[in-house]
Amino acid sequence: MKIDYSDKQIKELEDKAKKIRRLIILMLAKACSGHPGGSLSSADLITALFFNVLRHNPKDPSWPDRDRFHMSKGHCCPLWYAVLSELGYFPQEKIFTLRQMGSMLQGHPDRRTPGVEVASGSLGQGLSVCLGMSLASRIDKRDYRVYCLMGDGETQEGNIWEAAMAISHYKCDNICAILDYNGYQIDGKTSEVMNLEPVVGKWQAFGWHTIEINGHNMKEILQAYQEAESTKAKPSIIIAHTIKGKGVSFMENVVDFHGRAPTQEEAEIALKELE
Amino acid sequence: MAELLYQRDVYGKTLIELGKENKDIVVMDADLSSSTRTGLFARQFPERFFNMGVAEQNMMAAAAGLASCGKTVFVSTFAVFATGRAWDQVRTSIVCNNFNIKIVATHAGITVGPDGSSHQAIEDITLMRILPNMNIIVPCDGPQTRDAIFAASKTKGPFYVRLGRVKVPTIENKGEFKLGLAQVLKEGKDVAIITCGSMVTDALTAAENLLKKGIKARVINMHTIRPLDTRVILDCAVSTKGIVVCEEHTVIGGLASAVNEVVSENKPTKVLRLGIKNRFGQSGEPADLLKEYNLTSNDIEKAASLIVS
Repeated sequence: MKIDYSDKQIKELEDKAKKIRRLIILMLAKACSGHPGGSLSSADLITALFFNVLRHNPKDPSWPDRDRFHMSKGHCCPLWYAVLSELGYFPQEKIFTLRQMGSMLQGHPDRRTPGVEVASGSLGQGLSVCLGMSLASRIDKRDYRVYCLMGDGETQEGNIWEAAMAISHYKCDNICAILDYNGYQIDGKTSEVMNLEPVVGKWQAFGWHTIEINGHNMKEILQAYQEAESTKAKPSIIIAHTIKGKGVSFMENVVDFHGRAPTQEEAEIALKELE
Repeated sequence: MAELLYQRDVYGKTLIELGKENKDIVVMDADLSSSTRTGLFARQFPERFFNMGVAEQNMMAAAAGLASCGKTVFVSTFAVFATGRAWDQVRTSIVCNNFNIKIVATHAGITVGPDGSSHQAIEDITLMRILPNMNIIVPCDGPQTRDAIFAASKTKGPFYVRLGRVKVPTIENKGEFKLGLAQVLKEGKDVAIITCGSMVTDALTAAENLLKKGIKARVINMHTIRPLDTRVILDCAVSTKGIVVCEEHTVIGGLASAVNEVVSENKPTKVLRLGIKNRFGQSGEPADLLKEYNLTSNDIEKAASLIVS
């Protein structure tokens, strides 16, 4: 069953995603380090999730029935911080303390940030963390859902496939993994560094329901979350084809911007493009 | 004759006790539930037991997810896999978050025996001790295993509890177990023997033999490696002629290192280390291996005699 979303709804989310991208650029330019590429490529996916799908309460981050979100690819936390600040988990001006000593916004996710459930940064562990959250919901008989954002390069970690196997074994249908398949990792194209294909076939072979979408099309994104939620007895993964650095012309598909912050001049150009 | 018990039998039974009184206790294992005895808990509370298969990394990170939802998670497998195989998951997903996860590892040390070096964890204490806030207990016998599991369960934060494979004799009159407070099992002013786990019995035997030669040895059961009882160590440094540390573990980074760190910064004294020195383990019967690696009461006796001579 596909819910139709109104043009107004879609437009609002697109505008919100644009704002989130601006916040990412602003905080990275101020921090002078960090990871814009993957933050921008998954911005639409995560904006749609937090502003339309996730059941949560910024005023009560530990509400027991909240849906869980975990960013397994921790280096894209500027995106997470932008979204959390926009939702009021903490004052927005805090984003300008990113990566500074003593800041609540560490270079990689940490529980000192309101809204962050579990630290990450060392790749490949997040899907397992989500398995634990799902098993807890089973014990406690709570019906929350668990969302996990993964990078594509990250799925080269063996731990991901241990988790994929276990989540399928335990039939954790409240887990929805989101694969930001932008095709690039630090050393170059994933197809050249360590080929991931066939991606869909791998996840299906592990017992997952796969949903392949354009990760920058809001309607497709929302419908994918809906399809994942209505899929029972097996976990779902949204394989989202995205563009690394999406939204900033000179960052798109440029490997250098995986882990380099924009200069002041670059940031100004980027912000204009995102107006 | 002292009662001989498997520490892991006690562990499994203690988990059932805990499971009855606390609904938030969850147990995980990686295909070794019959060896670690978590299977006892699994039979009683199947809805709170998860077998993760042969995938220790997944198990550790999944434990973190459970803990983030308020569970106290006991995670078990062999010591070599719990600490080495999944170290980064323990570091990043468990200890960085200071979660209530209790890693109870069995089959530690060379007394694993015939399985040989791949299965003999001789560096696990080191691997856990270098992590900030990680609590470490090495119980010396069956009853102390129960004490350790209860202490871990009731104290906030991550724990590593190290258990052996073989039966160990119960040591009488140890006094009450208190986390972080060493037990002085024998008083003596000539030399101090600081040890933990299965070596405690050998240290007591050595002390008896030393007494026959007129040497009064103090025997310390340092069951908690972290938080470390520095007061007891410093008292040994001040009031005896030297310290022998004995552990079924590498001499690098474990109890011997911990003792050395304390005395060298505060009251330098002679410390002789009995442990595994720049070697891996190997196949063999536990008693033969202990002999080969100089970890017998006789070796302790010799080291202590060296200090007083």
